[in-house]
Amino acid sequence: MIRINCPYCGERDHSEFSYGGDATINYPSLDALEKEWTEAIFFRKNIKGFQFETWHHSNGCRMWLVVERSTVTHEIKSVKPCHPDLQKVVENNK
Amino acid sequence: MKTRRIDNYGKINRDKILSFSWDKKNYKGFEGDTLASALLANNIGIVGRSFKYHRPRGIFSSGVEESGALVTIGSKDRRDPNVRATTQELYNGLEASGQNAFPNVNFDLAGINNYLGRFFAAGFYYKTFMGIPPLEWGKGTAIWMFFEKFIRKAAGMGSASGLPDPDTYEHAHDFCDLIVVGSGPAGVAAAIEAAEKKLDVILVEQDSLIGGNQLAENDFDNSQIKNQLENLGIKIMTRTTAFGLYDNCVVGLLERVTDHISAPNVNIPRQRFWTIRAKHIIVGAGAIERHIAFNNNDIPGVMTVNASKHYLNRYGVLTGKRIVIATNNDSVYETAHQLSEAGANVTVLDSRTNFEIETNKSFEIRKGYVPYNINGSKKIHSLDISKSETINKSETIDCDQVLLSGGWSPAVHLLSHRGVKPKWDYNNACFLPSDTKENITMVGSSRGLWNKNDCIASGIAGTTDALNRLGISKTNYFFPKPGGWKNPIQPLYEVKYKKSRSKSFVDYQHDVTTDDVRLAHREGFISVEHLKRYTTLGMANDQGKMGNIIGLSLMAELLNKEIPEVGTTVFRPPYTPVSIGALSGRNVGKHFRPLRVTPMHQWNIDHGAKMIEVGLYQRPWYYPKKNETLSDSYIREASTVRKTVGICDITSLGKIAIQGPGSTEFLNRIYSNGFSKLQVGKARYGIMLRDDGIVMDDGTSWRLAENEYFMTTSTGEAAKVMSWLEELLQTRWTDLDVNVTSISEQWAGVSVAGPKSREVLNNCVDDSLVITNNKLPFMGVTSTFLKGNIPCRIARISFSGELAFEVYVKSDFANTMMDLLWENAKKYDGCLYGLEALGALRVEKGHVTAAELDGRVTIDDAGLSKMASTKKSYIGSAMRKRGVLKNNDREILVGFFPTNLKETFNAGTIVCEKNNIKGQGIGRITSVTYSPELGHWIGIGFVKGGLDKWKDTTLVGADPVRNKQMNLKVVSPHMIDPKGERMYA
Ligand SMILES: [Zn+2]
Repeated sequence: MIRINCPYCGERDHSEFSYGGDATINYPSLDALEKEWTEAIFFRKNIKGFQFETWHHSNGCRMWLVVERSTVTHEIKSVKPCHPDLQKVVENNK
Repeated sequence: MKTRRIDNYGKINRDKILSFSWDKKNYKGFEGDTLASALLANNIGIVGRSFKYHRPRGIFSSGVEESGALVTIGSKDRRDPNVRATTQELYNGLEASGQNAFPNVNFDLAGINNYLGRFFAAGFYYKTFMGIPPLEWGKGTAIWMFFEKFIRKAAGMGSASGLPDPDTYEHAHDFCDLIVVGSGPAGVAAAIEAAEKKLDVILVEQDSLIGGNQLAENDFDNSQIKNQLENLGIKIMTRTTAFGLYDNCVVGLLERVTDHISAPNVNIPRQRFWTIRAKHIIVGAGAIERHIAFNNNDIPGVMTVNASKHYLNRYGVLTGKRIVIATNNDSVYETAHQLSEAGANVTVLDSRTNFEIETNKSFEIRKGYVPYNINGSKKIHSLDISKSETINKSETIDCDQVLLSGGWSPAVHLLSHRGVKPKWDYNNACFLPSDTKENITMVGSSRGLWNKNDCIASGIAGTTDALNRLGISKTNYFFPKPGGWKNPIQPLYEVKYKKSRSKSFVDYQHDVTTDDVRLAHREGFISVEHLKRYTTLGMANDQGKMGNIIGLSLMAELLNKEIPEVGTTVFRPPYTPVSIGALSGRNVGKHFRPLRVTPMHQWNIDHGAKMIEVGLYQRPWYYPKKNETLSDSYIREASTVRKTVGICDITSLGKIAIQGPGSTEFLNRIYSNGFSKLQVGKARYGIMLRDDGIVMDDGTSWRLAENEYFMTTSTGEAAKVMSWLEELLQTRWTDLDVNVTSISEQWAGVSVAGPKSREVLNNCVDDSLVITNNKLPFMGVTSTFLKGNIPCRIARISFSGELAFEVYVKSDFANTMMDLLWENAKKYDGCLYGLEALGALRVEKGHVTAAELDGRVTIDDAGLSKMASTKKSYIGSAMRKRGVLKNNDREILVGFFPTNLKETFNAGTIVCEKNNIKGQGIGRITSVTYSPELGHWIGIGFVKGGLDKWKDTTLVGADPVRNKQMNLKVVSPHMIDPKGERMYA
């Protein structure tokens, strides 16, 4: 069982969360071309090692989080809110 | 029958006599016995029959590694098959029986299989069915299925009762700093050290008593240890197996709460499935003694040496009178001494020639001797032995028992669960645990330490390691070196004797012989993992705890490699079997998943509703009058809605409050149709697409105020839409000032539909002027009051195609609202209607739901192209026009009539062209209903090319599952009032 340290709720079982996906994707603007969207949503890296990914604390505080997790060992290096403003708040409160 | 129990031995309570039955005969045992020790005491040697050959099986061990004494416990709905007699505690009234035998284990008709051995060799299943030509898919499968039930019956072990399990099981959770697995000297030392350093410690022991293998010692008393552990506040969990290690120091435990009690309290669960979240794990799981492969090494009376020591010193049972011990290591000599002291005639065959051992000469030691064949079938008569492994000069010893010790295998299983590969240790002829970065430390004989002081030292070192890793201390420590015997072990896995056709067993339970391993090698299975699957070696209940290393050594020899080069199979959880009941816990029957009910659930039932599950929700299905069937009822309800008025609970729809200055922009981005010009006091139907351009969900959004919307979603997609909106706001559009809140539980909703709906509402609202056609036109929204000063939200929204209103009140007012509406609807001969009628009404109108929007459908496919704005960009707008979604032959939403209007059809019917009825056809019917308005069956669904292409062609509906076929006419999906005149009334 992966344990995720939610910045709002503390360390919880991964079963409280829903997996999102690659957290490093810059989604194109809505009026971007099909090609850019295709690139963003279909062509994903299959990383061996640490990757940034989004998790939703769906059975908790409902916050979307960026989790830095190893796809090999499940080791988690960091957990932050996705929203940049909230990231700052959490950082300042440390 | 004479007893094998001897006086002055064992820790059983001889004052407490327990009676039990074995194969329907009654026997006696003592408190503290296991079923195995009680059977041995009663001189019962044969306790089962083997998997394939139906050879008699006795008791091989005294613990979890048992692969012979698998029995069935209990009867009727409490029948529990494949229980190891060696770990089943005896209780008064225990019923046990042998397995895999007819009529019984002593005389088994299928014992003939023993002589048909060549038909049951490795890969039997694969070979037998390889010859069947796969001419077509169905045929080969059918042949296999025909034979399968016979084969499974012939080769099975115990069988399940097939009845519902009457027991309850619990899931439980706990947290601690340190969990210690195993209560041998190492585990106990670790736990005490940790508790003294103020760690919160759980100590887990699979046995009923703490002590580990010390329980086999004649002078061991655990009461002092137990007191010390308890005084230190350590949580001791006995009868509890750590069956698996998982990520982040999570440990799965199975606690057997009542399996040892004859009449357990029904309020106590039978077993508890624990999830422990620890900060560090120390495993002192011990080591398991191996047997040796040689001819007929499976005859009842063969046992590991350590097991006989357990039976003697723990249970007071002397397992044999004329005992031969065959070994390659020092660990047997204390046992040999104690067995001879207890009255047995003992001979030790030690394969080593050059070694020194101190004994009191009460038994004979034959250096350099090995066993190569047992004579006997149901019990041992004698043992053929030879000096050196190449059998030339031999002699025969009369005996009634052969005890084996081929060395010890540290229980590295739990570490293996974490993907840590063990490393082979040549000196000790065993796999030792490797180091891991995770907070797991192996101690005691699970790290290859054979003497007690080393084990204790390793326990303390293990806790120091834990404290260091947890950042509590920075203390140097060292682990004792593996080993601890005076003389080195000499590897001995198999004694070959080529002249005989007898079988030499590697895996007792699955009847895997040394010949099977060689055959598998000849047939090309040289990878350990392939070998395992092909021969089924190590795949039985014991998971190869005794036999795996022997199998590996044989393979190494065949490949001319060393054992570590051949590799080891990966152990996976569970360490010992976990019952399905424990896995499911309380999540059975009605509690299988959460139940969601609407606030007017009871009101609906009180008013005659039959309920149906929609996702987790219970929704009214239909409201039958007297003898009405489902069909009678929904047809009446749908007709009533079209004629007068009906009331339907729609609370299960998802409801989301969208608030903040960015709300309008937000909706405009997520819906495919325009929302920027929606006025306050108006609602709009909207469609959301996914990033890839496929329809995600549909629903309505009501503009309640400048910066506030009330969104509804479909019942099934409510949670998904909510998460999606949160994702967009928190990850992509972080500059948008919008807040979304799920308010599904806070509001109760009904649809009031039909030509008389406004008149009904007139009588229910405080101020009827607010719902006139002028004040509340089609898609108008108002916040007002129902009579009795109940605040409500009303929108003129129609799913049925009639004049209709959706009315929402706070959940607490749900019943009052229902009473009020129903009282007034009755005045117009109105009805309550359920999901079935709702479905009929919407199919008549060609409205899509989850049956149509199945995650493959685009806006255009659903015939809703006009809902896709061309004036703005939105989620999915770029991708909805990509390649395959533009094809001309996509399946488009249409309506279907049966050509012969008297015919019926079903959802799931495949639509085909005449004379080309096959495969996936050219379309499918997704929803079907009887249309009260049209007087015949109708459906909606999809067909390639849509209405324009097929409107004048007769198509065929094929329904192979129901063996039906009918001609179909393709029509517009909007089968009633296509211009919507009724809605606008
Ligand atoms: Zn949280």
